[in-house]
Amino acid sequence: MAKVKGAVTVNIERCKGCDLCVAACPTATLSLQPNEVNDRGYHYAYMSNADACTGCCSCAWVCPDACIEVYRVKID
Amino acid sequence: MEIKDIIKEENKVYSKPELLDNVHMHYCPGCSHGVVHKLIAEVVAEMGITDKTVGVSPVGCAVFAYNYIDVDWIEAAHGRAPAVATAVSRLWEENVVFTYQGDGDMAAIGTAETIHAANRGENIVMVFINNAIYGMTGGQMAPTTLVGQKTSTTPYGRRIDLNGHPLEITDILATLSGTCYVTRQSVHTPGAARKTKAALKKAFENAIAKRGTSVVEVVSTCNSGWKMSPVKANEWMVENMFDKYPLGDLKVE
Ligand SMILES: Cc1ncc(C[n+]2csc(CCOP(=O)(O)OP(=O)(O)O)c2C)c(N)n1
Ligand code: SF4
Ligand code: SF4
Ligand SMILES: [Mg+2]
Repeated sequence: MAKVKGAVTVNIERCKGCDLCVAACPTATLSLQPNEVNDRGYHYAYMSNADACTGCCSCAWVCPDACIEVYRVKID
Repeated sequence: MEIKDIIKEENKVYSKPELLDNVHMHYCPGCSHGVVHKLIAEVVAEMGITDKTVGVSPVGCAVFAYNYIDVDWIEAAHGRAPAVATAVSRLWEENVVFTYQGDGDMAAIGTAETIHAANRGENIVMVFINNAIYGMTGGQMAPTTLVGQKTSTTPYGRRIDLNGHPLEITDILATLSGTCYVTRQSVHTPGAARKTKAALKKAFENAIAKRGTSVVEVVSTCNSGWKMSPVKANEWMVENMFDKYPLGDLKVE
């Protein structure tokens, strides 16, 4: 069976650290930056566990600010 | 496989919609308004109706919607979006017209415009963001505020004897002969957002086919007004709002 691997990019300056993507991700790939903030002072989302991402797009669908773009590849 | 080998244009499966402008949206973190904006931007572009779509924005937190979705807009006086949309869709029949309103705008100050536009069967889409509160002005009670819900004007919770019953405006609209499609959706999960997108598409198709008025209510959160984190607000919505405002189609013609 072909396996999939995913990755996301987060538009750091658009992100408001709302945490909805973190809650929506079924693979616990995402976290909010514990220390770093963007120009507006938000703890933005990032892939803290990038290996787990399947590219399912759940995070992107619920993001109110369209910060997340998703990439997916099939691995044979 | 390394991340840089995955993040390549040919592997992209989800992008920010092009019609969503590259400006910072003023909404609070986690606000449902943003998700609905994104879905509208996607639907309009995918249907190829960008050049003929006209939105009518409300007074409420979404007052600046015209800065965020790159179609033509008119900003209406408080509650009057359905009247303005009536004029636009009658004068420029080739256009596809939608209103975007909160519960205060659509179901309080604008109740008359809402009901009569729907009763006339205007060929418009009404997008209704029901967050059960006046978000913009500091979280006052709205017509749709739940019994027992605390707001800045019902600090001990809404009471039926004092404040009346929550208004099920969408159910009322479904009883009117002028409406062809009335649905209630939400955007708190990926699946729910997908369904809302499908509902919006159906509503825009109805407007193009001039079948009458379509109403898409989105049961939403106002985490600032509700004084909760965005994640907690979604949970509270599921636990409390869906009982009074159950999701699904109310009318499909
Ligand atoms: C004529 C008039 N009356 C009252 C107001 C104050 N006002 C501004 S927004 C609003 C209600 C907003 O609530 P809602 O429509 O639910 O939108 P939300 O912010 O929750 O999205 C009110 C009462 C106003 N701007 N104009
Ligand atoms: S694409 Fe899916 S698996 Fe990857 S971070 Fe987003 S929600 Fe998690
Ligand atoms: S006050 Fe409420 S409705 Fe307005 S932007 Fe903030 S969360 Fe959204
Ligand atoms: Mg409201």
